[in-house]
Amino acid sequence: MKQKLPLLDSITLIDIYIRFMLLFSRQGKLRLQKWYVPLSDKEKKKITRELVQTVLARKPKMCSFLEWRDLKIVYKRYASLYFCCAIEDQDNELITLEIIHRYVELLDKYFGSVCELDIIFNFEKAYFILDEFLLGGEAQETSKKNVLKAIEQADLLQEVRLLNDIDVGTKAVSY
Amino acid sequence: MSDVVEKTLTALPSLLSLDSQPGAAKLSSTSKLGNLIRGITELTSKHEEEKLIQRELTSIKEQVSSPNTSMRQMKELMVRATYCEMLGYEASFSYIHAIKLAQQGTALEKRVGYLAVSLFLNEDHELLLLLVNTVLKDLQSTNLIEVCMALTVVSQMFPKDMIPAILPLVEEKLNHPKEIIRRKAVLALYKFYQIAPNQVQHIHNKFRKALCDKDPGVMTASLHIYLQMIKENPEGYKDLTASVVTILKQVVGGKLPMDFNYHSVPAPWLQIQLLRILSLLGKNDHSTSEIMYEVLDESLRRAEMNHNITYAILYECVKCIYTIHPKSELLEKAAKCIGNFVLSQKINLKYLGLKALTYVVQQDPRLALQHQMTIIECLDHPDLIIKRETLELLFRITNAQNVTVIVEKMLEFLRISKDDYTTTDLVGKVAELAEKYAPDNEWFIETMNTVFSVGGDVMQPDIPNSFLKLLSEGFDSVEEDRKLRQFAVDSYVSLLQGGPGKLPQRFLQVISWVLGEYSHLSEELDPATVLSLLSKLLDSKNTSSETKSWVLVAMTKLCEGRAGVSVAREVSETYSSSLDTALRQRAQELQHLSQDSELRARVLPRDASREPLEVDSSLSFLDGFVSEALAAGAAPYKPPHQRQEELAQEKALSLEPYGLSLPISMSSCSIGDRQSPTLLSVSSGLSGDSIELSHKGGSATLKLDGVKRVWGREGYLSKRESVEETAQVEVPSPLRSPSQQGEADKSHNQTPTPTPTPEPEQEKQQLASSLFVGLGSQSSVCLMGKSDLTNQRFRRKARCPGTSSGSSEITSNSIVSPPSMVDSLLYNNLLDSNITSELDLASPQSPPQLSQDLSTANGTCDVDLTDRDVTANNPSIIRDNGVVAAEDPDKPTDLCLSSHLPAELSGLSRSEITALCSHQSLHLSACHVQGDDSLALVVFILNSSDSDVQQMLLQLDSDQLEVSSVSESPVQEVRGDSVVVCQYSLTVKRPSVLVEVCGVMSFMCSVGTPQSVQFSYKLPLASFIRPLTVSTEEYGTMWLAFSHDTKQNLTLMREDRESLTATLNVLKNKLQLHVVEIIGMEGIVACRLLPDQPCLMHCRINAGTLAVWLRSPIPDLPDCLIYHCQRALQEH
Repeated sequence: MKQKLPLLDSITLIDIYIRFMLLFSRQGKLRLQKWYVPLSDKEKKKITRELVQTVLARKPKMCSFLEWRDLKIVYKRYASLYFCCAIEDQDNELITLEIIHRYVELLDKYFGSVCELDIIFNFEKAYFILDEFLLGGEAQETSKKNVLKAIEQADLLQEVRLLNDIDVGTKAVSY
Repeated sequence: MSDVVEKTLTALPSLLSLDSQPGAAKLSSTSKLGNLIRGITELTSKHEEEKLIQRELTSIKEQVSSPNTSMRQMKELMVRATYCEMLGYEASFSYIHAIKLAQQGTALEKRVGYLAVSLFLNEDHELLLLLVNTVLKDLQSTNLIEVCMALTVVSQMFPKDMIPAILPLVEEKLNHPKEIIRRKAVLALYKFYQIAPNQVQHIHNKFRKALCDKDPGVMTASLHIYLQMIKENPEGYKDLTASVVTILKQVVGGKLPMDFNYHSVPAPWLQIQLLRILSLLGKNDHSTSEIMYEVLDESLRRAEMNHNITYAILYECVKCIYTIHPKSELLEKAAKCIGNFVLSQKINLKYLGLKALTYVVQQDPRLALQHQMTIIECLDHPDLIIKRETLELLFRITNAQNVTVIVEKMLEFLRISKDDYTTTDLVGKVAELAEKYAPDNEWFIETMNTVFSVGGDVMQPDIPNSFLKLLSEGFDSVEEDRKLRQFAVDSYVSLLQGGPGKLPQRFLQVISWVLGEYSHLSEELDPATVLSLLSKLLDSKNTSSETKSWVLVAMTKLCEGRAGVSVAREVSETYSSSLDTALRQRAQELQHLSQDSELRARVLPRDASREPLEVDSSLSFLDGFVSEALAAGAAPYKPPHQRQEELAQEKALSLEPYGLSLPISMSSCSIGDRQSPTLLSVSSGLSGDSIELSHKGGSATLKLDGVKRVWGREGYLSKRESVEETAQVEVPSPLRSPSQQGEADKSHNQTPTPTPTPEPEQEKQQLASSLFVGLGSQSSVCLMGKSDLTNQRFRRKARCPGTSSGSSEITSNSIVSPPSMVDSLLYNNLLDSNITSELDLASPQSPPQLSQDLSTANGTCDVDLTDRDVTANNPSIIRDNGVVAAEDPDKPTDLCLSSHLPAELSGLSRSEITALCSHQSLHLSACHVQGDDSLALVVFILNSSDSDVQQMLLQLDSDQLEVSSVSESPVQEVRGDSVVVCQYSLTVKRPSVLVEVCGVMSFMCSVGTPQSVQFSYKLPLASFIRPLTVSTEEYGTMWLAFSHDTKQNLTLMREDRESLTATLNVLKNKLQLHVVEIIGMEGIVACRLLPDQPCLMHCRINAGTLAVWLRSPIPDLPDCLIYHCQRALQEH
């Protein structure tokens, strides 16, 4: 007898700080999407299309916040990429803007002068970083050092694996 | 820093020229993903892309299902599949393989597997069940990275039912030596708390431990849980205040490791989280707020740097300061802060400034006044978002004087806005303002015309509903009603003549109804003209069949005379063969009624839409038909819930799910919305009559006093109230005091341009004065929104018997002078029910003189009440012929009076004996005694002097109650130094949260002159509630038969796991309800209002709250009862 919430309800009712995060290019191509509320693929596509269109239509000097349905969209453009978060109306838009900025800083630090191509070709890494920074729609760890440490340690396994091709489980003691 | 990033990013050449990339070397350009990506960028059309991706997906599909694919290859395949999904192509075949990869891969392959799962699957996807074992295994792994991965995926999604399987393992991780594991475990528990709060209730003490964790990251993570829990139950966590304050102090003081700094601001995210918690804890709580003043002051002081992040903290600080119990010093600083935001050149800050203003303007309208020029500029800002927020701000400062300008601005915005959501929202607001503050009929109708044409089919359905209700119920003056209706008719006729093609369906429906009902009011208007206009509507291709139903009903009301009948015949012939059953039905009705004018007059009496309609919701008139059908072999009817039950084969009660009440419609909530589905089905939903029927059915529940409605949305009532007050006082009264005048003028002089102003500047100033009119005199209103004594007195004086309906509103104002201990929600309810009873007084059913009398009478006892509120500590007040004199409060002790209680009442529970009034040596007190089937009011008259009091006559009267005397012969004298007891039995006529008995006692002292005293006694409706013992089956039948209902979410008592039982027990004990049955998460409860008016309650645990649905045949009873339930739970 479980009732599935319709689109609007589930997106506004669930009390999560960030409902979803989208990264897309100036050409409107989606580069990263993270949904913290359960939505169907169709709904996700619809929302993405709507938002990409609205955000791209905005002029550079305009406000970084948008009203969209019951939610607030906070977006910022970095070079050719738009970063865009959906939050609740009562939430603090400015701090969300800084969430975006901190994520960009993390990407920049990790990739070393990040550019759109880094994110395109290594999108899974960008996701890993995001997961260490935001978890389940809430800020998990705001210390830049800690996030990068976690990522590097996980990556280290990969390096070891590539070099020695030995079982990683035993090596993990070094963590 | 950000500049550096942006520069490097912009410096890079565009996507296509890969070779010249400085960073290209590090890209895995040789990988298959790289090839795919490059392949896509080289394509020129969407079609080509589609073909390429489909090819790619086919090849991925082949490879993943091949047994020879290694996990390492699988990892690469999954990355490519996720990429395709991101581009919008479905790759559902790979989901299961992602799970497999997470299961079987080595750590780094697992990582990709888990990532793919979290990107592919939804929280409620069934494949997620297959992940449970993997997660279980990884949580137990000795490899920390694997544990981290498992916790990361669990914190994002996990099947609710499987939580118990992994809960002990996650809990265990709270004690893990590594902080990263502890942090992730806390977040996983936070997720569990969100999806299944009951599951984690037993580990609350562990949350405390996490809050005290030595690692700031773990502590920060635990705040997410606390924020959530405090949101739901602020009372339960007041003891945390001091700790939160200490933490914030340390953070602000820079005691955290430097790692947590962000642009040299210490842990801003943590600060904001703490400020949010503080504002929840300090809301409506003076003593808790005291604890935080110092740290808030420090936060304000420290956040000085000119960077976004400090502004973010400042904003949160300001919000907190305005949410908690106010402290003037802090408010001043916060106001200055808001000023900086508003005046900032940075558009984001300006926006937040407006948002903050909107938030605080309810408490401090002067702030809006200070920034009026900026607000005006923002109103013309090229960015629609800024404009929109400005309108939101204006919406909150609207009063009767500036309504036309503000509504004009809103409509202007509506005409350019293309977003449906904004339109819906704004249209609702315009309608609300128009109803509340309309200066005249023409303006009101024209504004509503725009609302209907612009809002069209996206507006909330309660807008047309309440508009029609308002038209049909009218206000105090019959003449005014007629004018309004006639104006509406004329306006609609000209609209229809101008071509109805572009009008939205909803508007056409409103038009048809109004024309059908009121076109006879317009004398010049020939019914044939209306009929032809309506039939033109029928012929139009754009008219939906629902609208056609409305049109047909309107025609049925109008088809008089020969011409009418012939039109009717023609139309009904066309539509009686329609495929739409509703239309066919209407056509049939039209045909029959047009031929039988006598029948028509009975079915559709003219001008009777405001008469209450008795709805026989049990449909007993169909009994004959039913028994005939049964005799002929038809299957017996099963109500929907029974059918559903049988289908589901479940024992649980299956009542329809709870809808959420919309915040806007809380106060203007239409009856149509609240009507039970059963009733709606009676009226066949589609039909044009349905709306009429539904509001008739509930006409006693809520009456909108049209344009004079005072109460707004929850939250800024107090401000509204005061705006309204001043407006009321200023406009009609010639008594406007010079000091007020002066203040108003001063405020206008505050505009920052003393030098001669250029043309556009002057325009702005003009606009400013028209927008902010009425706010100036506000400056005398104190911040708390509590109107002070002098204000109230003035108000009272302004109300003399001659003033129009304004007086009755003021009355209701004084009834509800804010009881500070009740929170705003309760407060709101109280208001709602008060306004209901208030408006009923002025209802059009009673002849005008009578209603005038009633409201004056009511006014008198309210005055009495007001006095009581003002001098709350001094309970005894004499009102002797209008002279108010307070006497020494030497009220007779409860104990000595209680011995005089009639013997038959002595064993029953009773209220405290309260003093009503006294005059010299005569003291009146009263208490109420609750019997099993009765409620007795006992009045004690104590004569403390030596001389006798004679010719005593005690008269009790009440609008809401039936009062009958129990004593056989009325008492006529009270001897010296004795007590006389009068006993009355009370029953409720019309439910209200607090019911009141007013009384007059006239008497003659030994000295000889006749005297009289007035008093009033209030008692909660809860005293009239008794348990109602019914079986579950009986409950089911009754439920369907009742038409008045209300829904609300209540707080659960959440100490133990049996929260439903616990909560219901509290209600049972406090309110004398009868718990019929508790089944799982649902419970049904029944009670009756004395003597035998049933009220049923259905409770269900829903997302941590108790969703309650009340039904009763008595209007208002559900609303009143829900209020008392809230009170009972709060006091517990």
